Amino acid sequence: MSHTANVAAPAHIHKDYNGAKIGMWLFLFTEVLLFGGLFLIYAVYRTAHSHDFAEAAKELNVVLGALNTAVLLTSSLTMALAIACIHRAKKTLALTYLGITILCALVFMVIKYIEWSGKISHGLYPGSEFIMANYSKGQRIYFGLYYSMTGLHALHVIIGATILTVMFYVIYQRPNETHRWDVFGKDALNGCRVAILDKDGNEKWGSEIDESVKQVHLKMRYYSTPKRIKHEDYVSLENSGLYWHIVDVIWIFLFPLMYLIG
Amino acid sequence: MDHAEHHEEHPMIGYGTYISVWLALLILTSLTVAIAGFDLGQYTTAVAMLVAVVKTTLVGLYFMHLRYEPKVFHYMILVTFLIMVVIVIFTFIDDYRFSYLNHEVQAEVHH
Repeated sequence: MSHTANVAAPAHIHKDYNGAKIGMWLFLFTEVLLFGGLFLIYAVYRTAHSHDFAEAAKELNVVLGALNTAVLLTSSLTMALAIACIHRAKKTLALTYLGITILCALVFMVIKYIEWSGKISHGLYPGSEFIMANYSKGQRIYFGLYYSMTGLHALHVIIGATILTVMFYVIYQRPNETHRWDVFGKDALNGCRVAILDKDGNEKWGSEIDESVKQVHLKMRYYSTPKRIKHEDYVSLENSGLYWHIVDVIWIFLFPLMYLIG
Repeated sequence: MDHAEHHEEHPMIGYGTYISVWLALLILTSLTVAIAGFDLGQYTTAVAMLVAVVKTTLVGLYFMHLRYEPKVFHYMILVTFLIMVVIVIFTFIDDYRFSYLNHEVQAEVHH
């Protein structure tokens, strides 16, 4: 009696790759419309107070804003590269890129902190005595929008970085696994044979299974193939990546509209 | 629908493509900053927004893989975009009408 078993990835629950992606995109649309509402408020008030907006925008540091744009664009690149590496089953490299992405998020927040704290220490925050005494209505609206829009965006950066950190941990935990098959019962394998064949079908190693064998213990390290990754495993990393890119896209619009109108 | 087969057709985007897109995004950012230095009058913001839309398209098509996704994703984005356009247009019609009425009222007060 002989059995030939092709060892493949273990059976798993089917997950809907397209469904997961569409769900993420629907969520991203709500994010776009959330910021869209704020951009709309910005557009209406800027139409009414274009001169005041231009004057108030001169208070912002264009160099820091441009630097943060470059930081976010770079983080988007490393995010895309991390996913590309996962597709190619290069775990360490993927984790490196993911780590750089998280680092970029931290750098962004540090620069944001420098900008905000600088302005707040000069009394430039909504409702401050300084701003109420020295600035026109349009300029006060500009600073209100500046803080609420970049603040909401910074909140998204923090959430995105948190999600990416969780993903880092999840991927770091992966893929060495040990599987045991014991569904056949105690004596089912008795008289069988276990063999390892090379690509031509020649036996490299083999052993009969007799009553002295208590357990067939197959320990293997497998790396997910592109097909497996694309359909199930890493859709959560891809969706985290989509979130991160949307955060980047929002900044692509915030930067010229806040910093470059002076 | 052959979803499973569709995904196997997905080409692997090369690292080089991502690097090129990133470089293009950085160049476009410098372009936006450079343009802001010139006074293009009312077109300054329009040009800045045009560059931002080009950058968003690059991020969407390549970083977010939209170029390789099924058509349904493109339709969904189109619908969201149209909703946004409708909201903007109606808000500005409303805003214009409101300020117009305001001017009329003020004009009457002056007379």
